[in-house]
Amino acid sequence: MADLTHLISEAQIDFASSVTMNDLEVAKAKYLGKVGLLTDALKGLGKLSNEERPAAGAAINLIKQGVEAALTARREALLNAEQAKQLAQESIDVTLPARAQSQGGLHPVTLTLQRIEQLFHSIGFEVATGPEIESDFYNFTALNIPEDHPARAMHDTFYIDEANVLRTHTSPVQIHYMENALKNNKTPPLKIIAPGRVYRVDSDATHSPMFHQVEGLWVDEEISFANLKGVVQDFLQKFFERDDLTVRFRPSFFPFTEPSAEMDMSWNGGWLEIGGCGMVHPEVFKHVNVDHEKYRGFAFGLGVERLAMLRYGVNDLRHFFNNDIRFLSQFR
Amino acid sequence: MQFSENWLRSLVNTDLDSQALSHALTMTGLEVEEMQAVAAPFSKVVVAKILTAVKHPDADRLQVCTVDVGLAEPVQIVCGAANARVGLIAPCALVGAELPGFSIKQAKVRGIESFGMLCSSKELGITEEATGLLELERDAVMGQSIREHLDLDDHLFTLKLTPNRSDCLSLKGIARDVAAITGASTSFDAISAVATELSDVKNIVVTEQTACPRYCGRLIRSINAKAATPSWMLKRLERSGLRSISAVVDVTNYVLLALGQPMHAFDADKLNGDLAVRFAKEGESLTLLNDLAITLKADDLVIADARGAVALAGVMGGKDSSVGDDTVDIFLESAFFTPAVITGKARRLGLSTDSSYRFERGVDFGNTGNAIEYATMLIQQICGGAAGEVTEVIGVLPARNPVNLRLARLISVLGIPFAQDKVGQLLTQLGFAFTTASGVFTVTPPSYRFDITIEEDLIEEIARLHGYDYIPATPPVAALTMLDAPEAKSHLNKLRDSLVASGYQEVVNYSFVDESWERDLLGNANPIKLKNPIASNLSVMRTSLWGGLLDTLVYNLNRKQDRAMLFEVGATYFNQTSQDSSAAFVESTAISGLAYGSAKPEQWSADASELDFFEVKTHVNALLGGASAHKQVTYEKAEHVTLHPGQTARILLDGVPIGWLGKLHPKWQQHYSLSKSTFLFELQAEAVLNRTIPSYQEVSKLLPVRRDLAVVVDADLAVNSLLNTVKKANIPLVLEVALFDLYQGQGIPENKKSLALSVLMHDTEKTLTDADADMVIANLLQLLQNNFGATLRN
Repeated sequence: MADLTHLISEAQIDFASSVTMNDLEVAKAKYLGKVGLLTDALKGLGKLSNEERPAAGAAINLIKQGVEAALTARREALLNAEQAKQLAQESIDVTLPARAQSQGGLHPVTLTLQRIEQLFHSIGFEVATGPEIESDFYNFTALNIPEDHPARAMHDTFYIDEANVLRTHTSPVQIHYMENALKNNKTPPLKIIAPGRVYRVDSDATHSPMFHQVEGLWVDEEISFANLKGVVQDFLQKFFERDDLTVRFRPSFFPFTEPSAEMDMSWNGGWLEIGGCGMVHPEVFKHVNVDHEKYRGFAFGLGVERLAMLRYGVNDLRHFFNNDIRFLSQFR
Repeated sequence: MQFSENWLRSLVNTDLDSQALSHALTMTGLEVEEMQAVAAPFSKVVVAKILTAVKHPDADRLQVCTVDVGLAEPVQIVCGAANARVGLIAPCALVGAELPGFSIKQAKVRGIESFGMLCSSKELGITEEATGLLELERDAVMGQSIREHLDLDDHLFTLKLTPNRSDCLSLKGIARDVAAITGASTSFDAISAVATELSDVKNIVVTEQTACPRYCGRLIRSINAKAATPSWMLKRLERSGLRSISAVVDVTNYVLLALGQPMHAFDADKLNGDLAVRFAKEGESLTLLNDLAITLKADDLVIADARGAVALAGVMGGKDSSVGDDTVDIFLESAFFTPAVITGKARRLGLSTDSSYRFERGVDFGNTGNAIEYATMLIQQICGGAAGEVTEVIGVLPARNPVNLRLARLISVLGIPFAQDKVGQLLTQLGFAFTTASGVFTVTPPSYRFDITIEEDLIEEIARLHGYDYIPATPPVAALTMLDAPEAKSHLNKLRDSLVASGYQEVVNYSFVDESWERDLLGNANPIKLKNPIASNLSVMRTSLWGGLLDTLVYNLNRKQDRAMLFEVGATYFNQTSQDSSAAFVESTAISGLAYGSAKPEQWSADASELDFFEVKTHVNALLGGASAHKQVTYEKAEHVTLHPGQTARILLDGVPIGWLGKLHPKWQQHYSLSKSTFLFELQAEAVLNRTIPSYQEVSKLLPVRRDLAVVVDADLAVNSLLNTVKKANIPLVLEVALFDLYQGQGIPENKKSLALSVLMHDTEKTLTDADADMVIANLLQLLQNNFGATLRN
């Protein structure tokens, strides 16, 4: 029988010249099809003697395997090429901008309030609220500021009528909270902060007729002025994430606290005023029927915009209420 | 309270420098608001006298002067001041002098040598403006340093005193406190009774002995009212911010500053008969010194003569009895009026006087007599005159009840240890009289302190003197308990987060708004009004946040923004109209949003479609929370004055209205010049915050079956009502019916629309058969036919 080994190299050439799967199928038929060269050769085995047949068969099979291997290799090559072409077609510019969504954000005063609430919450302060239109009694009288007291002149008050004002501070929430606590048989310890809007008839570069305060109140049997200083200092250090911040208390006067202090915070080598505080005045406790011999308390009021300005480096109070999106969007 | 540092230092011997003194005052409760040098720093400026003055040969406005500057030889100075003249005594900056901003060198002025400069007060940094050279007094010594001559090495201190510290409304009081703070010693002018030369007195009848517990008065006759106030007194008055009026008035003002005692001098010849201290008769009239004619009320305390009121006690004297240049005899008053009687009287008239300011807060009633002697002495020194006896009427003086201070209480309130001796020492420094027994100090407050009535007052005094700086910052020790965490109550911050996630930016607007926003935009004729708004366009309290949001939108569109999604959370305020409520006003927290412009920011990968109602409805639904948060949220077609009548929904939660959603009415869109549609929503936050806690329902093990159904209904049918009807009908086996397509157009008659519904059904017991499903669909179709005239779409 003739040597057919040359068929392998011929097939390799034929397969290599096939550039599509169809071409390849046609080329395959030439060798392995029903009338292909190798099929013919196998058919020719029958004409051989029994002695010759196994060796010849084995030789043809070897060649057939060689051709089939060449076919498989080509098939894979064609498939890979096709896939590569498709992948190339599917390629995109991944550096194009993402699909844009509207971006929302919180007002910096809200961010600041949330931060304050979170910090005080971590040592067990609850959030309390109260009305913004406040009776003269809650805004002043119950806080030991009787009518015609010179301290009333310290508050530039918005009046609704003779008996009602826009609250000038968040301190009235102390009174509401303690009244309600007692009604519900809740006894000290009482720990609240009361954030909210307050109002003063004052408007210039450093005063807004509406601004935000956070009132704090802690009433317990053993609460001292040193504790007040401790809590305020702890808060400021955590709020500004600076362990080196210290708080300075300056003697001051508020009718609803005694001793009273203005709070200053160390800042860039100087002192900045950030609010007022003191020990709850016995007259305030008397108004809400808390035993002022048994219990003591401290209260403080912080200016929220002031804290926000320092935290975020805002240099003008008026930004907070102009609501320019270019300003607000910086806090997202 | 403004005063000269040098005056204070003449009364208290402290070795603190100006800065340290200022700090010490601030840190013990007398806040120094401002400390200002009397003059700018400068050197080599002396008192000088112009000896000769001739016109400059080459300049019309200049003179060539020879000037005595206290040296052996006069110097030649070219001067351009209009008031430069022979004999004038003025400050002269010598060659080498450093003045604020420039230095003096020998120079030629238009060809003539000049050896210095004659100065105005502006050039020395004493005043902001000046016209010509500063003219000095004739008794000045040539060559004396002008700083020394005018006492310019001084500071003006301005104290921001708290209302409780009326004792520091005088130099004496401040000196006393400086001594208490620093341990320094004080030296006050010795005051003794002047020799009386007159025998006549004016009778004083005090009918209100509680309102006026002490009244001292005396006649001084034959004074020279035109006498000049001495320069040392003028300077102290000026540096306290007081203008010179006349010698007598200047003396009364000086005593007010020095001792804190308001004084008044009447022209004795204009007083008729005896004086009375009484309450005014209702309607009685008086013209005050400042020409203000007032009608008195029955609670006004007055000084009156036989004809009527001559002074409003503690506030201001009357014009008719006032001292003038021609006054010869005066009646001098030094009194103590009870704070509560004076309080508010000046403010009622729109006034605040140095006198009323002090009487309202409390004047030292132990000093009334001293003050009148001191004032008499000063008047006699300046104006001469013969003094009569002091007539004094004493009524019911304020009690100075002993106040107990328990050492243990002091320690526990302040949270620091205190030795008994230390407390005693501090009380002594304060000049408080006290006794001690077993850890309790019994303190009798002095007559000049009106703020020491309870133990806390003393604790504050001890703390202040000890120094707040020396009280440590100590974290409290307390029992640990957890806070309540009500799960059925959401938090406003979660609502905020929902809107932020939908793309909204939070804003904060004023709570007071333009009245027209309420009246016109919101149709509210009865907003809560402020009596004293800060501006006419911020005069009423808002009942909706929409006005502010629209205003913010316009503000930002004017700054080149082309789209905006804004929200605010804040109170709205309502006049209570119903009679059964005790509160006159009702506040409700609203959460409110505005969306304007394209649905998405302009970008390469999406078209610029405008926002529509349903986009914003999606945001509102997200805000309202997941399906389990509330039992039922419904939107019903409604009308609102602000909104487009065809695109307005009232939002209900479990059947209760809680808000609105809609498109801004085209007339308002035009009013605000908005080129694109604007959508608004507002919800009552409290209602939204209430949630239901999830409660588990059995999950069927059997798979649900879905069938679709298309029906044709009237075009104006509200789909929500159809879905609600289906829901309420509770058709057996039906799990959920949802709209998945809406079609109008070819194949559907006009005035009709096709609704494609998906019907999800299941049975917890068995697998549904086709026959079961057919039955459900038939039931559903029947329901829709009966209720809405629906027909099956072919």
